[in-house]
Amino acid sequence: MISIKNLSKIYKSKDKMDVTAVDNLNLSINKGEIFGVIGYSGAGKSTFIRLLNRLEEPTGGEIVMDNKDMTSLNNQSLRNERQKIGMIFQHFNLLWSRTVFDNIAFPLEIAGVAKDERKDKVNELIQLVGLTGRENYYPSQLSGGQKQRVGIARALANDPKVLLCDEATSALDPQTTDDILDLLVNINRKLGLTIIVITHEMHVIKKICQRVAVMDNGKVIEQGEVLDVFMHPKEKTTRRFVQQVMGDQEEQSPIHYFVKNYQSGKVLRLHFVGETANQALISKLVKTFNVEINILQGNITQTKDGAYGTLYVHMDGNKEEIQNAIHYIHQTSVELEVEDHA
Amino acid sequence: MLRELFPNVVIEDLKVAANETFYMTGISVLGTLIIGILLGLMLFLTDRQGKTYKILNFITATIVNVFRAIPFIILILLLFPFTDWLMGTIRGPKAALPALIIGAAPFYARLVEIALKEVDKGVVEAARAMGAKTRHIIFKVLLPESMPALISGITVTAINLISYTAMAGAIGAGGLGDLAYRKGFQAWDFDVVFACTILIVIIVFIFQFIGDFLSKKIDKR
Ligand SMILES: Nc1ncnc2c1ncn2[C@@H]1O[C@H](COP(=O)(O)OP(=O)(O)OP(=O)(O)O)[C@@H](O)[C@H]1O
Ligand SMILES: [Mg+2]
Repeated sequence: MISIKNLSKIYKSKDKMDVTAVDNLNLSINKGEIFGVIGYSGAGKSTFIRLLNRLEEPTGGEIVMDNKDMTSLNNQSLRNERQKIGMIFQHFNLLWSRTVFDNIAFPLEIAGVAKDERKDKVNELIQLVGLTGRENYYPSQLSGGQKQRVGIARALANDPKVLLCDEATSALDPQTTDDILDLLVNINRKLGLTIIVITHEMHVIKKICQRVAVMDNGKVIEQGEVLDVFMHPKEKTTRRFVQQVMGDQEEQSPIHYFVKNYQSGKVLRLHFVGETANQALISKLVKTFNVEINILQGNITQTKDGAYGTLYVHMDGNKEEIQNAIHYIHQTSVELEVEDHA
Repeated sequence: MLRELFPNVVIEDLKVAANETFYMTGISVLGTLIIGILLGLMLFLTDRQGKTYKILNFITATIVNVFRAIPFIILILLLFPFTDWLMGTIRGPKAALPALIIGAAPFYARLVEIALKEVDKGVVEAARAMGAKTRHIIFKVLLPESMPALISGITVTAINLISYTAMAGAIGAGGLGDLAYRKGFQAWDFDVVFACTILIVIIVFIFQFIGDFLSKKIDKR
C-alpha cells in the first residue's frame, strides 16, 4: 500500500548545523493495517509523517502510495492526492470560526462537493464519531476528546485510503485516549482504512497497532509485529518503550529467588504470548487438578492480539497432581519454566 | 435654550457637513478595507523562502512604509495632481477620497498582516493537508479566522479616518472639519466649533460601537 524507500529530510540552516530529521528511511505499510511509529521527542516522527503527504518536501527518496509516486506529483495532482489522505493532529487544528458541522464540511467544500451531498456526508460522519446533537457547537464549546472526534470526522470526509495520526491522543487524558483509540480501531475495521499512528506512548501501540517501527535519530532502528517487538526488543530504545507498559523485566526477581521461600511444591514461570485462548488458565488448573496456586508476581498486558506477559506462581499439592497440571500447561501455547525447590 | 448656547449655528449647515463627513468616512473605510486587506495579504503571503517572494515582499513593504511615513496633510498636497486626474476636481468631499484611502490603507495593511500572523499555523497546515488551494486558504481559513482582529483593526482605522476628514476639510474638502475651520476659526464663532466637535465625537462613538459589537459577535474562540 505504502512503500517508502531511502526517504530523507535535511533541514538546511545558514547559521546552525544542518539537521537530518529523517535519515534514509525504509518502510512498507500494508493495506488495511494500523501501523505504529514510536520514538522519543526529536526522533523525526512528525517530520516523517509530514513527508508522506508532502507538507514537508523530501530531500531525497521515494514514497509510493497506492501505486502513485508521491514525490513526483505536480501541485495539482498533489492536492488531489491529499484529499485521499486524512490527517489528524495533536492539537486538533479545528477552525474556531466554524461549527462542528461546518468544520467537517470544510474538506468537502475544498473537494468541490455539492451542498446537498455535503450535508448527507457530514451527518453520516457525525453519527460515526458519536457527536450527534453537537452539530452546531463551536470547537470552544467542546472537550478535548470531542474536538478530536471532529478532527477524525473531518479527516474521513473525502473517504481517504490512509489516515495519518500525529500524536492524536497526546493531549488527552487516559480515559479519553482509550475512547479515541477505540474509535480508530472501529473505523479501521468498518472502512478498511490504513492508519499510521505516530506516538511516544507504548500504550497506544500495544492497544491498536499490528505492526510497529521504532524511530531514533531519523532512522527506523527496529520494526515488526507488535508482539514480536514486545517479546524480543533488540535495541535499548525499544526496551525502554516496552518497559513503559511492562515495567522493567530485568528488575523482576529470577525464578530461583522465589523457590527458596518454599518447602514443597514447585515454582512456575508462565509466559503468555498473544494469548486469547488461555487467559483463564489459572482457574482452569485449580478446577481440574487438586492443586493450590499462589500468584507470586506478574505483569500481563493486553495487546491487540491478546495477552502478553509473565506470571510467577507457586503450585503446591500432591506430586502426581502437580505433574498432571504441568503436563496440561505444556499442551497449551503458554510457555512454561519450572523450578523445583532444592 | 439651544439657541442661546449655539447662537451662530445653522442647523442646515451642520446637517450638510455631518453628511459629508459620514460620506467621506464611509467610502474611505470601504476603500481602505479592500486595499488594506489586499496589501496585508500580499505582505503575509510573500513572507517566505524563495526569490520571487522576497522581491514581491520587498516591493509591497516599501510602498506601505513610504506612504505610512508621509504626514497626512502633506499627502493631500502631494496627491493634488493625481486627485485632479482621477476625480476631475480637487475640492469637495469626493476629492478627499483618494488621499484618505491612500493615507489609511498602508496603516490598515500592517494591522491586517499582524492579524493574519495570529492565525493558528496548525489550522493552515490542516487545510493544506486536505488539498486546499491558496484561494481556499485565503477565503476559508485566513480571513474568517482573523475576522475579529480585522474588524477591530478597521475600527481603529475608521477613527483615524474621521480625524483625517477633519484635516482634509481644512483645505476645502467639506465636512465638519471644514465647517469648524471656516465658521469657527475664520469667523470666530466658537459655538460652531463646539457643535462640530460634539458631532464628530458622536460619529466616532458610533463607529467604535459598531466595530466592538461586530468583533465580539463574530468571535467564537
Ligand atoms: N522546520 C524545521 N526546521 C529545522 N529543523 C527542524 C524543523 N522541523 C523539525 N526540525 C528538527 O528535526 C528533528 C525532528 O523533529 P520532529 O518534529 O520530526 O520530531 P518528533 O519525533 O516529531 O518529536 P516530538 O515527539 O517532540 O514531536 C528535530 O531535531 C527538530 O529540531
Ligand atoms: Mg512530533
